[in-house]
Amino acid sequence: MKRLHTHLVRLAAASACVLLASCEAPPMTSQQIGYRGVAMEQNYHPATYKATQAKNVPPPVIPSMGSSGPLAVNTYKNIKVLTDLTVPEMTRVMLAMTAWVAPADKSCGYCHAADMASDEIYQKVVARRMLQMVRNINSNWGGHVANNGVTCYTCHRGQQVPARVWYINPAEKELPLLGDRALQNSPAKSVGLTSLPYDPFPSFLLSGHDLKVAATTALPAGDRKSIKQAEWTYGLMMNISAGLGVNCTYCHNSRSFRDWDQSTPARARAWHAIRMVRQLNNDYLAPLASVFPPERLGPTGDTAKVNCGTCHQGVFKPMYGQGGGADYPELREKPKAVTAASSTAGRSGAGAP
Amino acid sequence: MAEYQNIFTRVAIHGPAYPGVPLPRTAGWRAGKGWMSHLASRIGDAQVGPIYLGWTGIASILFGFAAFEIIGLNMWASVHWSILQFIRQLPWLALEPPPPSYGLHFPPLAQGGWWLIAGLCLTISVILWWVRTYRRARELQMGTHVAWAFASAIWLFLVLGFIRPLLMGSWGEAVPFGIFPHLDWTAAFSLRYGNLFYNPFHALSIAFLYGSTLIFAMHAGTIMSVTRFGGDREVEQIIDRGTASERAALFWRWTMGFNATMESIHRWAWWFAVLCPLVGGIGILLTGTVVDNWYLWAVKHHVAPMYPHAFPPVADPATLPGAQP
Repeated sequence: MKRLHTHLVRLAAASACVLLASCEAPPMTSQQIGYRGVAMEQNYHPATYKATQAKNVPPPVIPSMGSSGPLAVNTYKNIKVLTDLTVPEMTRVMLAMTAWVAPADKSCGYCHAADMASDEIYQKVVARRMLQMVRNINSNWGGHVANNGVTCYTCHRGQQVPARVWYINPAEKELPLLGDRALQNSPAKSVGLTSLPYDPFPSFLLSGHDLKVAATTALPAGDRKSIKQAEWTYGLMMNISAGLGVNCTYCHNSRSFRDWDQSTPARARAWHAIRMVRQLNNDYLAPLASVFPPERLGPTGDTAKVNCGTCHQGVFKPMYGQGGGADYPELREKPKAVTAASSTAGRSGAGAP
Repeated sequence: MAEYQNIFTRVAIHGPAYPGVPLPRTAGWRAGKGWMSHLASRIGDAQVGPIYLGWTGIASILFGFAAFEIIGLNMWASVHWSILQFIRQLPWLALEPPPPSYGLHFPPLAQGGWWLIAGLCLTISVILWWVRTYRRARELQMGTHVAWAFASAIWLFLVLGFIRPLLMGSWGEAVPFGIFPHLDWTAAFSLRYGNLFYNPFHALSIAFLYGSTLIFAMHAGTIMSVTRFGGDREVEQIIDRGTASERAALFWRWTMGFNATMESIHRWAWWFAVLCPLVGGIGILLTGTVVDNWYLWAVKHHVAPMYPHAFPPVADPATLPGAQP
């Protein structure tokens, strides 16, 4: 009997250790962000927050060399994108890209062949498209990035391939007779280790499937959206939450997730972000599949694509709002003197072009 | 001298097993003659058995086993028959109901067909077990309170997995069989139907749930505290109120001005327990069928208060000029 007791106590202690091992040691820090009593608060774990802070330090700003000088397009050959930059501006962008993306031992040679104008290295073709992408974000997606904007470093962080990217998963060849997971119920990091659908990206960040699932009327009025659909939206939301290191209440008031009137301004910025990410994936990243070598492609031959975490890297504002495109006017399309007033007026507020 | 107590007793009873009261009708076949278990004596009666199963019990266990196997084998297949991954991922694994596109039609086995079969087996198993509790009680000339309390739980189970999906015209509305998956389903259900918090039947159900634990604690605490005066002989004290009853009653009158009686406390407890799934089931049944968004319903009926804005007003960006859906 005594031995049984000892065994039971040991078993209980071991189980407690196993169960507690996945918990974060208290205390958590919580910060109220809304009206009192409505649970509008953000929870942080001080140790995790500190570690995230250390990982999200912007690189030193590459000093500007001024903007006067001849246009690069007239000085160098094969300039297709940075046609509005002067030579010192162009040089600054090239130095920055080398510091932010190229491996240290390759430097300029990561993209440029001996003939600097040549397009023979695929990285140069990709980089050119990525420059267009960054300048598009900074110039036309003010609804999401406001005046801060992004640089190559926002995603790349010194790596040639950004850390948080996604590929299209190969479709199941044939439904098994037993054990179909219905694309969910797996401890997947993509949805914060919930059992929600683990691959919400193709539906929402490539295709534009409707994310809205909550009923819009008090009484039934023919809305056939299903609980399973709600799980798909929920899956993407978990990914956004993890990607930004925030709770649901960073954007939503949990009493009515759909109600814009009770949401925080961050939700409107996220709304633009979802549309921005769709455009980046469809217009900039997916079409590069023919440029990349096979080893850079995913299992279905597609390119790496972005989601919220690719820029945000676990922080509500990438690098806590530091080191963005605001430091680099070269990464913004220069307004064309004649058409600026007519074509881009009002865009920065509404966002989607 | 060792003292016999109800649950924390250090005295284990040993003796010839008691076969049970003689039954007026032939009660069927009982397995074994009963034996004494020391472990059982620590939490209850030391005697285990004899056991009566009957055809309802045997059929219930067989159907229950079939459901358990269908669910378990589907889960195991979903990790490609790896025992290690089955253990590691078990909390995440599930047998999902069919996609909503199948409506109430029978889907392919892999896409919810197994779910329907497992659900049918489990339902048959549970209902047979209910018949068994009812018939055992009648056989012993008892009341059928336990069976009806059990029926209340079966009601909620059937609403979630059968009646509501039937009314909604889609098996896809039902709950998956799985540990985390059924919890995520619950959250998604609330998100889809505008926050169950504002569903008054859900609120009642929670009140009865928490009320049940409160009543349980109050009653159990009271009885254990008057056991030294014979209060554990509750049933005798109902008709022959002794000092234990008097003290317990006085305690509650001093504490909160009112006391239940030795008899009524059990009705309180039974009704709280029964009403919890009963009203909960009503709340689930109304969701999507009668009310589509509980928050908007609560606003409409002036139940949900408005709070002052803490942020500059936010508008749906889709309604602003230049936006794409």
